Amino acid sequence: METATGLVHRRWWVPYLFLLPGLGMVVLFSLWPFVNTVILSFTDAQILRGGTFVGFDNYTRALDDPDFYTALTNSVLYTAVVVPALVFLPLALAVLVQKNIPGIGFFRSAFYTPVIASAVVVGLIWQWVLRSDGLVNTVFLQLKFISDPIPFLTDSTVLLFSAMAVTIWKGLGYYMVFYLAALGNVPATLYEAAALDGAGAVRRFFSITVPSVKPMMLLVGTLSAISALRVFTEIYILGGESGGPGGDARTLPFMIREVGLGFAGESGYASAVSILLFLLTLVFSLLGHRLSKGDER
Amino acid sequence: MTTLAPPGRRADPTPSPAPATGRGRQRLTLGLAGRYLTLCLMLVVMLGPIVWQFLTSIRGRGENVYDGVLPSQPTLDNYVRVTESFPLFQYVGNTLIVAALAVASNCVFAAMGGYALSRAGWRGRKIVFTVLVATLMFPFEAVMISMFLTIRSMGLVDTLIGVWLPGAVSVLNLLIMRAAFLAVPRELEEAAVLDGANEWQRFTRVFVPSAKGALAVVCITSFMGAWDDFLWPLIVLSSSDNYTLQLGLKTLAGATTVNDQRLIAAGAIAALAPMMLLFFALQRFFFKGVGEGSLKT
Repeated sequence: METATGLVHRRWWVPYLFLLPGLGMVVLFSLWPFVNTVILSFTDAQILRGGTFVGFDNYTRALDDPDFYTALTNSVLYTAVVVPALVFLPLALAVLVQKNIPGIGFFRSAFYTPVIASAVVVGLIWQWVLRSDGLVNTVFLQLKFISDPIPFLTDSTVLLFSAMAVTIWKGLGYYMVFYLAALGNVPATLYEAAALDGAGAVRRFFSITVPSVKPMMLLVGTLSAISALRVFTEIYILGGESGGPGGDARTLPFMIREVGLGFAGESGYASAVSILLFLLTLVFSLLGHRLSKGDER
Repeated sequence: MTTLAPPGRRADPTPSPAPATGRGRQRLTLGLAGRYLTLCLMLVVMLGPIVWQFLTSIRGRGENVYDGVLPSQPTLDNYVRVTESFPLFQYVGNTLIVAALAVASNCVFAAMGGYALSRAGWRGRKIVFTVLVATLMFPFEAVMISMFLTIRSMGLVDTLIGVWLPGAVSVLNLLIMRAAFLAVPRELEEAAVLDGANEWQRFTRVFVPSAKGALAVVCITSFMGAWDDFLWPLIVLSSSDNYTLQLGLKTLAGATTVNDQRLIAAGAIAALAPMMLLFFALQRFFFKGVGEGSLKT
């Protein structure tokens, strides 16, 4: 298969010509920035001047930096909450909309709608629901459930959880489609056999559905973990430019932007934090890969 | 793999009912009612916040935002007012420039590159493919500082070209097109060779037309990507004349001069509406795009 066979012949340079623009862009705006980030992370470069080699200084600095710990803790907490939710809730949703009953197409599309909204629009929509004078607080106050508004957006810990809820809400429909595809490949005869053996709906779900879609669960887990580590816009819109009160709801991307492009413009240090973020996402990629490999054996 | 299974062949978790005895039928109806009830509950969760934003956007100036669920003086006035107090059209114009460039460059270059990647018999094919897949592992947030430095060294800071360029050809689109071209039958290519078509003619007249579905996916995703992106334009653009829609929305929400939720809501809904129209018109392509380049159009 490696050589052109049969009738199709081409000059040797033609494929390279076809590939040149696309590959050039990828090298310039994906490969090179990554290599450059690695290089910069070992220098004291600033935004307005090049740097000199400083070894692992930036990395040891991060380990001593309380701001880094805040960002790391927030990002990890975010991932720890969002991933399990986005592995299981969309599966439940997919099972709910899988059966072809009248009007189900409408429900499927409706559940997908938050996916197509931009993160900024989603942020604005939820800001209006969660503000101290927003829908939830107003209704709860009028029903006398609470006497003071819940600080959904004004307390940094609650803000973080509000943002998580928004991320989950936006991700539900997206991963639902993944699961719908996986569920479509489960042979119906399995369910029929189980039903004949007297297995109830719950039993069938756990004994047939879950094992059948396990590879998809791993994929969804990996994808949602990586996107949870990358979260920025939701917190930026809900909590404001500083990342919540006192910046206490900042995540790693927040910190990278602030350190690298803020007042001091420390590209070197920001690059080191970037590499740490990359390594964190890499752990999840490899973990997902490993687990799915183990499954095949 | 992750395309939606055709409706008729989807596995059905609830097996066909046993001979409909009275009790069996009753249980079935109850189950169906429960399913619809759950569906409607989820509908409120998924669409409620969006609908609430919409209702706020059409509330008249004379009424309180919380006077009942439905506005008593519905009006489109807020949509007019928001364009008067904010250069919304300019933001949309800027966004459309970036989006048009992104759609054109992604379609053309991803198709060309994907074609080369799908053809056998040239040196370095495996290495190029490996490099491309590897770049998928770099989260944007981990390379954005270096990306900004690259854009700055090209003198493109605060330009729309600078917003567009890094996303001009996405790796995912290259892989989608590669998969689509791999599925083109060899006979078709050979027939074209026999007819005397040269490589470029084979590409434009045989391959591209047989990959229309994948091309549509590339079109839609690059358009949406450009329309919805926030973090990168936030980094590149500084003068509000160049703002894209999402950045404009942020300033609209942050402006203390506005402080009228009706206007913010109108802006958010105006930004969401085109995406929703696109989604409902081209739904099947949206669901096809989910998944990782494993398309077989």
